[in-house]
Amino acid sequence: MTTRRFRTAVAAVIALTVLGLAGCGGDGKSADRQPGSASSEVTGSVTVFAAASLTESFTQLGKDFEAANPGTKVTFSFAGSSALATQVNQGAPADVFASAAPANMNSVVDAGNGDATPTTFVRNQLVIAVPEGNPDRVGGLADLTKPDVKVALCAEQVPCGSAARKALDTAGVKLTPVTLEQDVRAALSKVKLGEVDAALVYRTDTRTATADVDGVEFPESAAAVNDYPIVVLKHATNKPAAQAFVKYVLSDAGRAVLTAAGFQVP
Amino acid sequence: MTTDVTVHPAERHLTGPLLDARLVVERGTFRLDLPLTINPGEVVALLGPNGAGKSTALRALAGLLSLSAGHLTLAGRELDNPSRRTWTPTEQRRIGVVFQDYLLFPHLSALDNIAFGPRRRGVNRQQARRQAADWLERMGLAEHARRKPRQLSGGQAQRIALARALAVDPALLLLDEPLAALDARTRLDTRAQLQQHLAAHRGATLLVTHDPLDALVLADRLVIIEHGQVVQEGDAATITAQPRTDYVARLVGLNLYRGRASGHTVLLTDTFRLTTAEQHDGDVFVAFPPSAVALHPNHPDGSPRNSWPATITGIQPNGDNLRVQLAGPIDLAADITPLAAAQLHLVPGQRVWAAVKATETRAYPAAPQ
Amino acid sequence: MSRLDTTVARPDRSAPRPRPRSRQTTRIPLALLLPASLGLLFLVLPLAGLLARTPWTSLPQRLTEPGVLTALRLSLQTATLATLLCLVLGVPLAWLLARVEFPGRRIVRALVTVPLVLPPVVGGVALLLVFGRRGLLGSWLDSAFGITLPFSTTGVVLAEAFVAMPFLIIAVEGALRGADSRYEEAAATLGANRWTTFTHVTLPLVAPGVAAGAVLCWARALGEFGATITFAGNFPGRTQTMPIAVYLALETDLEAAIVLSLILLTVSVAILASLRDRWISAP
Repeated sequence: MTTRRFRTAVAAVIALTVLGLAGCGGDGKSADRQPGSASSEVTGSVTVFAAASLTESFTQLGKDFEAANPGTKVTFSFAGSSALATQVNQGAPADVFASAAPANMNSVVDAGNGDATPTTFVRNQLVIAVPEGNPDRVGGLADLTKPDVKVALCAEQVPCGSAARKALDTAGVKLTPVTLEQDVRAALSKVKLGEVDAALVYRTDTRTATADVDGVEFPESAAAVNDYPIVVLKHATNKPAAQAFVKYVLSDAGRAVLTAAGFQVP
Repeated sequence: MTTDVTVHPAERHLTGPLLDARLVVERGTFRLDLPLTINPGEVVALLGPNGAGKSTALRALAGLLSLSAGHLTLAGRELDNPSRRTWTPTEQRRIGVVFQDYLLFPHLSALDNIAFGPRRRGVNRQQARRQAADWLERMGLAEHARRKPRQLSGGQAQRIALARALAVDPALLLLDEPLAALDARTRLDTRAQLQQHLAAHRGATLLVTHDPLDALVLADRLVIIEHGQVVQEGDAATITAQPRTDYVARLVGLNLYRGRASGHTVLLTDTFRLTTAEQHDGDVFVAFPPSAVALHPNHPDGSPRNSWPATITGIQPNGDNLRVQLAGPIDLAADITPLAAAQLHLVPGQRVWAAVKATETRAYPAAPQ
Repeated sequence: MSRLDTTVARPDRSAPRPRPRSRQTTRIPLALLLPASLGLLFLVLPLAGLLARTPWTSLPQRLTEPGVLTALRLSLQTATLATLLCLVLGVPLAWLLARVEFPGRRIVRALVTVPLVLPPVVGGVALLLVFGRRGLLGSWLDSAFGITLPFSTTGVVLAEAFVAMPFLIIAVEGALRGADSRYEEAAATLGANRWTTFTHVTLPLVAPGVAAGAVLCWARALGEFGATITFAGNFPGRTQTMPIAVYLALETDLEAAIVLSLILLTVSVAILASLRDRWISAP
């Protein structure tokens, strides 16, 4: 067997597996879609792959969108942006991709899977998450270098980690964290559990967890603003509805939901 | 005999039996109640059918299960007495056990299997291995010292198991069907060797078996149990001469009946009577060997006074002869030569006449004297 | 016809002649062969997928990256330590479950398998709740001895042991149940107490089972990710094991992740194969 044929066979198996697995979580109605329908009335279902940090706000947006467009159904898959990007590039049946970082969006667009130019719909800034009441009186990044303050950062491979690195570099703060977490929620949970005294997370994350942590704003976060791009995917099976959903996210109603969650609107 | 059979202080002053026990074990509906005494150097065979309680008795003696009542004293030391809450765990009893399938440790060599016991009883490694080597020598297995159990033949494994049990110099040696796992040829040789080693053993020995030949050859005294109770006890001669239950009679190869005697006549059923040589009055056993039974195609003429029609229910080989099972007024077994069987054209279901001479029968009182 | 070898299955009316023995062993029922082949394919294809995407040219260069060897060494060390911990704690527990009748044994046996069904991340959180800085035992360890387990190499070992121990216990308990307990009685009649019996008779008898369990345990510990990253976090050289390095590499660089996976795979397979030859399948 030649290498090429072998590769093709392997790729086919991978694609089938990914499709099969993704299909399990999908919506049975997707088969009934009418691609290229010229109707201005949008119907049918939209599958949205969205960054995990969008879980709460997008769930709300989906409900609002369904209410505004009867006959539509929005299905979400929330996960880390990079995992979602990989799935999209392997042919997962998604209509819209909303990423927490331009880099992951770029990998989708570079692979030719974007239908248009991505639009930045929100921005997110870092804050210092501390236990409720801020027992260590953390006022800024410099306070995190105190010897008895344990800090969790995100690993630099994930967006919150690279943002944290930028902010720390800007502030000229040298910091040795006890751990480099695999995502922002993991870093946040370490604060909630009391295992660390502070973590650099997104402002939106401290909002969803208001009961347990406080967010301390710091000026250097302006240097590490994280853009969230959104795009309709090339292989979307229900493009009108996908486009309508993206439009709804960018509308005033959509922005209201997102700002309420702590995002900044560009 | 080498020096490792030592007489312990407790034994030296001991008068009477080395083992003195009454083993009572209750398990659900089964109850074992076995009084048992064994003198130093004595070999007692415990015989009985399956489920009679032989294994239970052995396990109780070994401390692998505890007594419900009774007592167990070995070499002057009380090991188990439920009423006094005395209990000695197995590993602290001065016993040696040869298990039916030997249970040689598969991961240890023959030598290390034998050395295992002495090592556990505080002998240092070198000494223990030397003792084990002595035992191998005595068993004629010196060249097999390094073999693992799976590389030994059945007879060799049996001897290693015996050596392992004897190497701890037990006050009580327990043998559980020690020859049952061997083929007939090996059994003959091994039995002879076992006899020598048992004769040399100065402690008490209990041999659990269901093979009468093992018991007769190896034991000084037989204890026969059925349903957890002793049914007969004594030396081989007495028991073979006067069995007291069907099981014992079959064991020693006799036809046995219970009946009511009046002079030379014993009434076995309401209508069936046998004439015997001895005279008795009252309840008696009547016994005669299968070889005393003659079979005839028709009513026999002449001397035998005991003859009756019977139906053949089965024929099996028995040594050089054939054993014929018969039904009729009484069930019985008859041994005849293959030649006679051929002449009579014996087949199961056939009707024949059975005859027994009065002089071949033995009658004795049913109530023990 | 359910047999593959039709020449054998066909009745032969001619004079019977002895068939070669090897013929007999090749008669594998199709009903078994088909799912067996599919099963093998299912297990091997993903590996083929990794190999197909491996950037062979840049492989040597990636191998020598310092972070890679650090993570590999840490993985091997922690998995081995976790296996030792599992042996010390798990073998006695397996013995207890197999040999001792005690009330609630079934519940204990069910509890032992909890780490198998618990998502490892949840296991990591559970470990934090016990051994963490605010945890049930952790707060006492911290205040009394100044010991903090999370974010430490010890924490990695604990997390791996927690997840991998059931594999060892189940294997050893199975071996103990399969072993003839009458050997232990034989040992007792020879004067061995329970502990000596355990060390001199029981353990050697179940050694193959213990070895198999330890191998499973080690393999599981080596691949452990969820509980480790949750309980011990991720810090290069201290708590970043290979699976964590792979996961993070996956965020940015698929090829790097594949290379790391292959290294982990090759090293573990090599170690297991050499162990198997030496210890496990002694004839």
